[in-house]
Amino acid sequence: MTTESLIWLLPLPPLLSFFLIILFTNRNRALSHTIGVGAAALAWLGSMIVFLRAAFGEGGFHHLGEHPFHSAIAWLPVGETTFNIGIQIDPLSAATLFFVGWTIFMIFLYSVGYQNFGQPEGDHDKKGLPPHGATVTDEHGHKHTVLSIEPNYSRFFAFLSLFAFGMYVLVVSDNLLTLFVGWEIMGLCSYLLIGFWFAKPSARAAAIKAFMTTRIGDVFMLLGLAYLYSQTGSLSYRVIFSPEVLEHLAHDPAVGGFLGLTTASLIGILFFMGTIGKSAQFPLHVWLPDAMEGPTPVSAMIHAATMVSAGVYMVIRIFPILSAGAEHGLTPAMSTLAVIGSFSALFAATIAIAQNDIKRVLAYSTISQLGYMIAALGIGAYVAAAFHLITHAFFKALLFLGSGSIIHGMEHGILHTGDHHMDPQDMMNMGGLRRSMPITFWTFLIGGLALSGFPFVTAGFWSKDEIFADAFANGHYTVLIVLALTAFLTAFYTMRQIMLAFAGEPRTKEAEHAHETPWTMTVPLMILAVFAIAAGWVGIPNDFLGLNLGEINWIHGVSYTLVLSEFELEGITFSFIPLTISLAVALGGLVVGGVMYRDFKAGQTDPVKKMLGGFHAVLQNKYYFDEFYHATFVRFSQWVSETFSFQWIDRGIIDGFLHTLARVAFFLGGVFRDRFELPVISGGADWVASVFQWFGQTFRTIQSGRVQQYMILVLVNVIAFGFLFYYLVEVVGR
Amino acid sequence: MVPLSWYLIVAAGLFCLGLYGVLSRKNMVAILMSVELMLNAININLIAFWRYQDPARIVGQAFAIMVFAVSAAEVAVGLALVISLYRRRKIVIAENVDLMKW
Repeated sequence: MTTESLIWLLPLPPLLSFFLIILFTNRNRALSHTIGVGAAALAWLGSMIVFLRAAFGEGGFHHLGEHPFHSAIAWLPVGETTFNIGIQIDPLSAATLFFVGWTIFMIFLYSVGYQNFGQPEGDHDKKGLPPHGATVTDEHGHKHTVLSIEPNYSRFFAFLSLFAFGMYVLVVSDNLLTLFVGWEIMGLCSYLLIGFWFAKPSARAAAIKAFMTTRIGDVFMLLGLAYLYSQTGSLSYRVIFSPEVLEHLAHDPAVGGFLGLTTASLIGILFFMGTIGKSAQFPLHVWLPDAMEGPTPVSAMIHAATMVSAGVYMVIRIFPILSAGAEHGLTPAMSTLAVIGSFSALFAATIAIAQNDIKRVLAYSTISQLGYMIAALGIGAYVAAAFHLITHAFFKALLFLGSGSIIHGMEHGILHTGDHHMDPQDMMNMGGLRRSMPITFWTFLIGGLALSGFPFVTAGFWSKDEIFADAFANGHYTVLIVLALTAFLTAFYTMRQIMLAFAGEPRTKEAEHAHETPWTMTVPLMILAVFAIAAGWVGIPNDFLGLNLGEINWIHGVSYTLVLSEFELEGITFSFIPLTISLAVALGGLVVGGVMYRDFKAGQTDPVKKMLGGFHAVLQNKYYFDEFYHATFVRFSQWVSETFSFQWIDRGIIDGFLHTLARVAFFLGGVFRDRFELPVISGGADWVASVFQWFGQTFRTIQSGRVQQYMILVLVNVIAFGFLFYYLVEVVGR
Repeated sequence: MVPLSWYLIVAAGLFCLGLYGVLSRKNMVAILMSVELMLNAININLIAFWRYQDPARIVGQAFAIMVFAVSAAEVAVGLALVISLYRRRKIVIAENVDLMKW
């Protein structure tokens, strides 16, 4: 099979799996998950083959950058041209395909264990609610409460498959329209999956919030698509990223001279707004923490492998447009990215240190890390951003799946004690889990260290270091300081999380009875842990520590994707200053976190709370953004829909107009009825009828039924007419 | 030769006889017989006019034969009705046949 046709087929297995499960096999759980995991495995296998051929084929990335795998078909005739869709694998999408394939496959496998396959049906589980546990009786007659299988088990795999389909479509697209299609499929699936436990009001609200919030960004992105298409007549990467088109876009002022931007900048900013929604950047970050209402594999899918990464992937993809015209410093679009990205990074990191829900910490951490990537793009370090995207996908998927494993273990403990009001996600209830859940502990530790950027070993260190190095080398010191501060906070809250969950003694009975999770959950953790370390080694700078290490940096091959000259990375030479900063913040954060939470006991006040005092409440309530949005946008929308649209427009104007019309028609109808219909038509018809009636009444007496009487009448008539004719002919006629 | 008017007078007398019978007899069979008398009166007229007015052509005889045929058919139908009425309702008196009355 040629590589091109293999790429065409990549999104197919998850799509088939979705339809098979939804239409045929949803009653059979084992068959459904076999199809789902099988499809993910097939897509994974295909991705790996494509990746290997792309990365280690003839000429490697350098060759691939100039001659990407590409194939397109005519799809839609538009006016005089045809809209082509197709597939394209260049170095960037090959690298993306690598981590997408792995993480999606791991998450599918993990879901089998997380949704309790092989456990009995719950005693009173309902569809749309998380499983509550089942009672089983062992051979000695003892009753135990054990975890019960998810009631909507098959449906979960169907949704995951569709989600995977969306991501594969997005990655292999050769144009922005099919990318947008994949993007929206994922938006739908995130709605379905966040609201997977739809009988929980909080899950429903979170699903709607996520959908609405990302929709805001998507509308702007669609505007950007339309604007770009109107300017260039194409959405295919090959056309829109060609030097002539970029040249045109960079020097053409935006429509109406909007804010003095160039067309390229305006389009870039519109697209970036889509990313703000999808990748949960400030100010549309509010949906992501609430999305934690979904089952944990969903969190990992959405927050690591697919949806939020897709936002950053798209920005890297359109980086040529963002940076078009950057010969004289950063373009306005890039400055926007730098500001929003670094602000989101710091802002989310500060919130993360005051959260107690293990998944929410990770959610804010995700916002923060995505902000990192956006900020890196804003200062032109797009290879570093792509690198961080890949490493982050691995270690954040690992952390989310690890947190799911912890929650699972805690639920085991809760079933043991029977205290269903206990929150299994609250880190304050954990502690000492390293003994009961060793695999989860070690893998979570690796993921946490990678997130903090633990030096020289973990993947996160190399990718963050590259961002620092770029910021330093290009003189963007503000961004560098903000990101360094963020890195410190990141290391701190990660250590806090690890300490609270695993260190010390169990703070609750539930934590004492926590239990390691089945192999379907731990195996993905171990595999992802390998990547959380090794994925960073491809990005070690060639001149690290001033040594000449030869051509060991593979990730820079991604730069061959893009047609750019002004942001070549070759020029960045190694410097000890960013390395020192990187080491200091990572180790400093880890040490501070470790010391503060080393001996945290049940009932103690959170050391962060003691230190920050009143500000802690502000952080814990996420700077009151939800409340602020509720008081402004939500209330305003409700006012618009209820009072303005419904009461005024609909009730008052439209209904009022219709009612007036109805009254006029009613009045006219009355007039016509009384003045015309009743007297003329109805009266006339009655009069005609009464005439005939009188006639019949009068003349019916001659109908005696006697033949001879009729004969006499005939005779009389004949005689009468005879005389009449005689008179007429003989007398008058003469 | 007997003048034409004599024939006409006989025919008129016969016709009046028939008419009187039709109007005055109660028995339906008798009424039918009277109708035959009136038709025969007409036949006499037709033959007489033919013989005295236009003997070269046989139009009058043809008409008379036509009248015979029609009257034979009419009597056949009429008698059938009378017999049917008699069998079903034992009626032979025309005045009692008032089924079609309002």
